[in-house]
Amino acid sequence: MLYIKCPYCGMRSQNEFSYGGDASIKRPELNKEISNEEWDNFVYNRKSLRGKHLELWQHLSGCRQWIKVERDTATHEIFNTYKADEEVSK
Amino acid sequence: MTQTFRLDKGGLINRDKKLSFKFNGKTYYGYEGDTLASALIANGVHLIGRSFKYHRPRGFFGAGVDEPYAIVQLYRNNETEPNIKATEQELFEGLEAKSVNCWPSVNFDIGAINNFLKIFLPSGFYYKTFMWPKSFWYRVYEPFIRKAAGLGVASTKHDKERYEHKYEYCDLLIAGSGPSGLASAYAAAKNGARVILAEDKPRFGGSLLTNDVNIGNQSGEDWANSIISELKKMPNVIVKNRSQVFGYYDHNMLVMSEKVSDHLPKTNKYHPKQRLWYIRAKEVLISSGSIERPIVFGNNDTPGVMLSSAAKEYLKIYGVLVGKNPLVFTNNDSGYETAIEFKKNGINPIVLDSRVSPKSEIINEAINLGVEIKFSYVVVAAKGYKKVSSADIAKISDDKKQLGEIKNIKCDCICVSGFWTPTIHLASQSGNKTRFKEEIDAFVPGVSKQNETTLGAANGVFTLEETLKNSFIAGYDLSKKITNNDNKISFPNVVEKKSSKHDKFWCVPLPKGKNYKRFLDFQNDVAVSDIEIALKEGYRSIEHVKRYTTLGMATDQGKTSNLNGLQLVSDIENKVVPAVGHTTFRPPYTPVSIGAIVGREVGKHSKPTRKSPMHSWHEKNNAVFVDAGVWLRPRYYKQGNETLFEASKREAKNVRTNVGVCDVTTLGKIDIKGPDAAELLNRVYTNAWLKLPVGKARYGVMLREDGIVMDDGTTTRISENHYHMTTTTAQAANVLSHLEYYLQLVWPELNVNVVSTTEQWAGAAIAGPKSRKLLEKLFPNNDVSNEGLPFMGYMESDLFGVKARIFRISFSGELAYEVNVESDNGNFMWEKIIELGQEFQVQPYGTEALSTLRIEMGHVAGSELDGRTIPYDTSLDGLVSKKKDFIGKRSLNRDAFTSKDRQKIVGVVPLDKKTSIPEGSHLVKDAKAPLPNKKLGHISASCWSVEHDNPFSLAILKDGKNMIGEKLFVMSPLKNKVIPVEIVSSHYVDPKGERVRS
Ligand SMILES: [Zn+2]
Repeated sequence: MLYIKCPYCGMRSQNEFSYGGDASIKRPELNKEISNEEWDNFVYNRKSLRGKHLELWQHLSGCRQWIKVERDTATHEIFNTYKADEEVSK
Repeated sequence: MTQTFRLDKGGLINRDKKLSFKFNGKTYYGYEGDTLASALIANGVHLIGRSFKYHRPRGFFGAGVDEPYAIVQLYRNNETEPNIKATEQELFEGLEAKSVNCWPSVNFDIGAINNFLKIFLPSGFYYKTFMWPKSFWYRVYEPFIRKAAGLGVASTKHDKERYEHKYEYCDLLIAGSGPSGLASAYAAAKNGARVILAEDKPRFGGSLLTNDVNIGNQSGEDWANSIISELKKMPNVIVKNRSQVFGYYDHNMLVMSEKVSDHLPKTNKYHPKQRLWYIRAKEVLISSGSIERPIVFGNNDTPGVMLSSAAKEYLKIYGVLVGKNPLVFTNNDSGYETAIEFKKNGINPIVLDSRVSPKSEIINEAINLGVEIKFSYVVVAAKGYKKVSSADIAKISDDKKQLGEIKNIKCDCICVSGFWTPTIHLASQSGNKTRFKEEIDAFVPGVSKQNETTLGAANGVFTLEETLKNSFIAGYDLSKKITNNDNKISFPNVVEKKSSKHDKFWCVPLPKGKNYKRFLDFQNDVAVSDIEIALKEGYRSIEHVKRYTTLGMATDQGKTSNLNGLQLVSDIENKVVPAVGHTTFRPPYTPVSIGAIVGREVGKHSKPTRKSPMHSWHEKNNAVFVDAGVWLRPRYYKQGNETLFEASKREAKNVRTNVGVCDVTTLGKIDIKGPDAAELLNRVYTNAWLKLPVGKARYGVMLREDGIVMDDGTTTRISENHYHMTTTTAQAANVLSHLEYYLQLVWPELNVNVVSTTEQWAGAAIAGPKSRKLLEKLFPNNDVSNEGLPFMGYMESDLFGVKARIFRISFSGELAYEVNVESDNGNFMWEKIIELGQEFQVQPYGTEALSTLRIEMGHVAGSELDGRTIPYDTSLDGLVSKKKDFIGKRSLNRDAFTSKDRQKIVGVVPLDKKTSIPEGSHLVKDAKAPLPNKKLGHISASCWSVEHDNPFSLAILKDGKNMIGEKLFVMSPLKNKVIPVEIVSSHYVDPKGERVRS
């Protein structure tokens, strides 16, 4: 079971969180004309990365904040966690 | 029966407490502190079961967790449990056990015929034999295997025992209480660290209990006892016996199973049977010791052949002789320790040592005691069927390839020592890539992956002094890192005998003309010849060889077989062992009972039960409840001998003719506040929300980004910047997360707050032509006329002194209202409605009538919004705005979603107006068409229309728009039904929607 540092609540067990997918995906702006390809990339197409991955988790049974977690998908190592509006350090 | 193999004195058992037990129906006696294995051996019982493949007789091989043979079916307190190791099960008064994998009995076993057919059952025999012909599998092979094989029978009864889960945090978790565990725990605890020390056996001390050593002028056992009693007194230390740390998971989460009551005749009141500990540790010390390796020789699976360390343990802990005429076969000094213990107890062992001329303190001690020793000698084969009766032995050449003349010597047991294999399972589970250590012919942990440190024998260190030194330092260093304390303890003086080097020898060659089975894996019956065949057939990767031969895949996970299997492959392939590689260990280290894994989450405890504030009223009024998500909702209110069908018809009919009241507390409610609330709703829902006036409700549909309908419900504008959203019972939690996602991540610029208020409000739906009359009685001071409170209107009021919200919304198609009061007043509201509704024949109605009413009027619910439908499919496309953008809109113009013959909701009526249509049935054009018959759609919901008094269903049908009036067939192969039907509009009642506006 992962041990995730919520930027608001501190170290908490994985079972308090729910997974929210790739955090690098940006929703296209409302009312903007976009191609089918762009829309499909937003809705469906995801890279199944092996290695460092920036992903979303929601602290569901806690502060209910959506947070960003930088995790290695192969080793489960968590490098850093960020608030939703926080800049991700490279 | 007397305990003829029990010594008169010695051991750590309680000789004052005699216990009786039964094995295979026969009564025996043992002592408190025995295991089932030690008690049976004391009684001279060595035949325990039959092997898995060849049904060869099986005895005892080890004395603990590594035991591959002695697996029994246990009977305790009217319960039965399979897969119990006799070497681990502690004896209690009245214990009963039976052999497994033998039929009809352990002494005469029909499956043993496999043993004589073994030439036909080589490796891969499951794959080869049972694949062809296919039809034989069901008729011949499976029934035979089912009857003749298997390691016990799971109970089919409900398990009445209680199992607990516990979460714990610590600085250091120490797995194993041998010398390294005790020393590191002591050093860390003295330095102020929070320590958990876990021992899988009942007694602490590990090898200190059986090895002849001295620490700080105390025997190993006394030193262990003094350390443990001191640790137990310390408030920062948890000391647990009978507790196996079996899994090392991510981020230093370890799981331990504590057998709280398995050693007792029955579980004490207020105690669980077992407890599962989830432990998050800052540092983990793995002090799990090592397991002795067998040496492979002919018929080495005969009962009476066992590990030399096990023989010593039976002697020193239980005062039991595994034989009175023992042969010790060793390639290192450990065998001598066992021989010396035999000698000290008046037994004359013979030692066969594969080494040419080893010299050491221990060997000298054995020589001085007069132990008979033969150097350069090996056991070629064990003789005897159900028990060892003699051994063929021979001198072996220095290159270990040639055997000399074979002699037969009498013996009743063969104690084998092929050196030691570190128990690296936990380190491997943590992700540590283990490395091969040439000096000990075994793998040890490599670079730490998580915060784990492996100590002592588990790390391939086999001298006590070095083990203690390393462990004191590790305990001190790691605790200092965490606590910043600096309390060092002094290092005790250690006396131990020095050992000489072991012999790199592990398998005795076959003598000319002999074809003995030489077993590697004792539980799965994998022999040297099986591995040879697998390699001959082209299997190279050790992972493939393992799966093909099943080497190391039994419940013991190859604790005694893995390394010898690798050695064999490396010899044949002419590679070094590390080049062959070895498989990664996975949790659990030992089998864990399903009960312990499930814990308290059984039956009603598996999820919380939510009840509405009116629950007790429903109970008192004969409600029959149904699970709706985590909620309990009245399904119907039973009157007399009514069936569900009769009651729901009555309740629905009463709504259509008079007035009914339904508990709708379970609907999800979300409070939405902020200046941008309308903008949020406008983006979340498919229809327009910017112009909804205060005091008005609106029905809305929300989509996922892929265009699929996510949920529907009404949202009401309470005041300028305040909205009250309702969701379906099932989607309440998802909708809240959905809103939070968009507010926090996608549109953080929107100034809106959302919070769940589902539990804050109790809700009652009042529906039926007489509902307004009832409302007038409930709220005499308000104007609830059609003008005062029009359809989709909202009003705040006062229900006899209680704050109330009135929404004029309808789920039933009738004139209807929903009244909300604060939860604590829910019951008061309900009773008032029932009391004042008497004159209008009010009746409560449950979810079944609720369904009937919504199906009849074609109002979609979860069975239509099933994650596969878009607004068009459910006739909600009128609510899709063409002007504004919203979540999921861009997906709606996909080709499949706009195709001309797109599926759409329709009504379905059986032609005979009598036959009810099963939900889930398929709609087809021709009932007699050859298979596969083309499916046109499916029945999503069915009811008995109270308005028309005949069955009515909703269906999602291909090209549904143009199918009205068509005659089709409903087919339900599951229910074996074919029903001719007519397709009608989904609005079966009041298609113009006049009643709700009346
Ligand atoms: Zn949090």
